[in-house]
Amino acid sequence: MTTQLLLVQALNGLQLGILLFLVAAGLTLVFGVMDFINLAHGVQYMLGAYLGASLAAATGSFWWGLLLALPAALLAGLLLEVLVFRHLYVRDHLSQVLATFGVILFLNQGVKLVWGAAPLESPIPALLEGGVEIMPGLQYPLYRIAVLGAGIVTAGGLWWLVERTRAGMLVRAGATNAPMVSALGIDINRLFTMVFAFGAMLAGFAGVLAGPIFSVEPGMGDNVLILAFVVIVIGGIGSIRGAFIAALLVGLIDTLGKSLMPDLMRLFLDASSARQTGAALASMLVYVAMAAILAFRPAGLFPVRA
Amino acid sequence: MIGIGRRGLLGGTTALLAAPAILHAQPAGGVKIGVVAVQTGPQAALGNQLKDGFALGLRHLDGKLGGLTAETVIIDDELKPDVAVTKVRAALERDRVDFVVGVVFSNILQAIIRPVTESGTILISTNAGPSTFAGRGCNQNFFTTSYNNDQVHSVMGQAAQDAGYRRVFVMVPNYQAGRDAVAGFKSKFQGEVVDEVFVPLTQLDFSAELAKIAASRPDAIFTFMPGGLGVNLVRQYRQAGLANIPFLSTFTVDEATLPAQGDAALGFYSAASWAPNMDNAQNVKFVTDYIAAHNAVPATYAAQAYDAAMLLDSAIRRVNGNLAGKDALRAAIKAADFRSVRGPFAFGVNHYPVQDFWLLKVGRRADGKLETQTDRKIFSNAVDPWAAECRMR
Repeated sequence: MTTQLLLVQALNGLQLGILLFLVAAGLTLVFGVMDFINLAHGVQYMLGAYLGASLAAATGSFWWGLLLALPAALLAGLLLEVLVFRHLYVRDHLSQVLATFGVILFLNQGVKLVWGAAPLESPIPALLEGGVEIMPGLQYPLYRIAVLGAGIVTAGGLWWLVERTRAGMLVRAGATNAPMVSALGIDINRLFTMVFAFGAMLAGFAGVLAGPIFSVEPGMGDNVLILAFVVIVIGGIGSIRGAFIAALLVGLIDTLGKSLMPDLMRLFLDASSARQTGAALASMLVYVAMAAILAFRPAGLFPVRA
Repeated sequence: MIGIGRRGLLGGTTALLAAPAILHAQPAGGVKIGVVAVQTGPQAALGNQLKDGFALGLRHLDGKLGGLTAETVIIDDELKPDVAVTKVRAALERDRVDFVVGVVFSNILQAIIRPVTESGTILISTNAGPSTFAGRGCNQNFFTTSYNNDQVHSVMGQAAQDAGYRRVFVMVPNYQAGRDAVAGFKSKFQGEVVDEVFVPLTQLDFSAELAKIAASRPDAIFTFMPGGLGVNLVRQYRQAGLANIPFLSTFTVDEATLPAQGDAALGFYSAASWAPNMDNAQNVKFVTDYIAAHNAVPATYAAQAYDAAMLLDSAIRRVNGNLAGKDALRAAIKAADFRSVRGPFAFGVNHYPVQDFWLLKVGRRADGKLETQTDRKIFSNAVDPWAAECRMR
């Protein structure tokens, strides 16, 4: 493996990390502030991708699709909050898991009824077609660079929102001690609703951006959801900064593991079993890393609650 | 945890429904077909193709099979072997189906083949064609209108060999079917396999693998990435500017995934025994009417199910509607006296088809839709590699 290939793989890892961050950011806010386990976050991501793809097809422009999909995802989030989630905040985690799992089944089946079971096409906007040659014969698509940029801007924006604004202060306070915030005269339920809707919109945003890269199909959020949970657990639940660092870490570990593990295994095993064991080990690596980090820092890298 | 709960509930419900064992009176002169087609989860798109292909066959036959009025019972296997067995048993015992047709995935077929064939019912797989039942495990009550899975991969190996490629990069998902694909490809390809990459079935982003491909500069790549995996790979492959490296694939670019892959798949290769552009009267009628009904180009899942309807029609006609004489019925099916959408079609000793295989290339139809098109014939009247081991009893 050349240094150049290694650098390219590191870039790929960061790219995956940024996409994971976009999904995990909303999840960590909702989990951290409301102590609410929302398994349906993955289907909200899926919903965003579907809304983005079909609105882009209807308007003929990716940008209109993106612009319209954001409020649509926000509305869908609000609707879910009012209809289902609001009644679950006071319940224990098991009830939340069961109910939000039900929402997953319901919405996965729902999008199939509306859009059909076959994957949907979601083309790259004309403005961002093409790529930059980063190594001989390999283009780095412009669109991915744009996603990278969008992710970094979102991360910065979120940090500013949470650390520097009054709303962010309330969110942080809510994460630390919700009853106290309520006692100080803040309508905690309204705060929760806002955080939830915002989280849903973030998930939808990630979905719209992921659409042209990944296949838009029922159940597309399920794999992402698992990785997003790994990210927020490593990062410390409720911490945006933690989610950002952890997402990049997970992206890097996953991508570099996939590209290095088979070669590493070849030192001990013959070629064909090295490839298969290497691949199998690489897909476990993220979870091994999570276990290792939690062994030393049980509350994650950047715990919110002291 | 939750999955088991749901399954238990469903299993329970079906058992309850089956329990009273109400015998439905068979309509005089009727035939009942159980169609096993996955309707749940992302793979439902394939199950729908299968179901719709069979339904179109029935429509072209005016709802009759060999003169008998046909009734279909759709069985959603949910891609879960245990669920499939429960539901198929219910269809056999409660609905008293005369035939079971369908099945997209091999693991479902593995689960239901014994319950069906041991009850004396004839099972016609319209897609799954595992090696297990082609050789020593061949079964007199089991037929398939598709192919043996290994054949399709070996077609691509032969095509790569014919094209004179020396260095091929191989990438497949890390599970049994993926490893079978590599073995099938290598059975005919004599050149160097530069690297074999195994990816998890839940893979989302292929950029790490694409960088590897670019770095090793192969003459071509061979891949087997069914469903959403293939959609991701094809688009990312094109976006990474790798499309100048020939993309040889099996079950990766077909009419079920092409609508989502779009122009990114243009010029990519696949292999099959049928393609929508095949120019014979039966196929033209099938493809035209399928598109008219569903506004989508049919894939092999639909074509092979359509053939199954035509096959049953010919067999039932041959025995004059007498479904009780199983030996005569089996012989009538084995005769395969129908016009297949793929042209020449016959059954081998193991009840798997003896047929031609083609290299296909993704192209655009006159109506603007994408489809796989015949590029050149790779094998003529090919018998699958397991047939010699079959001692039909």
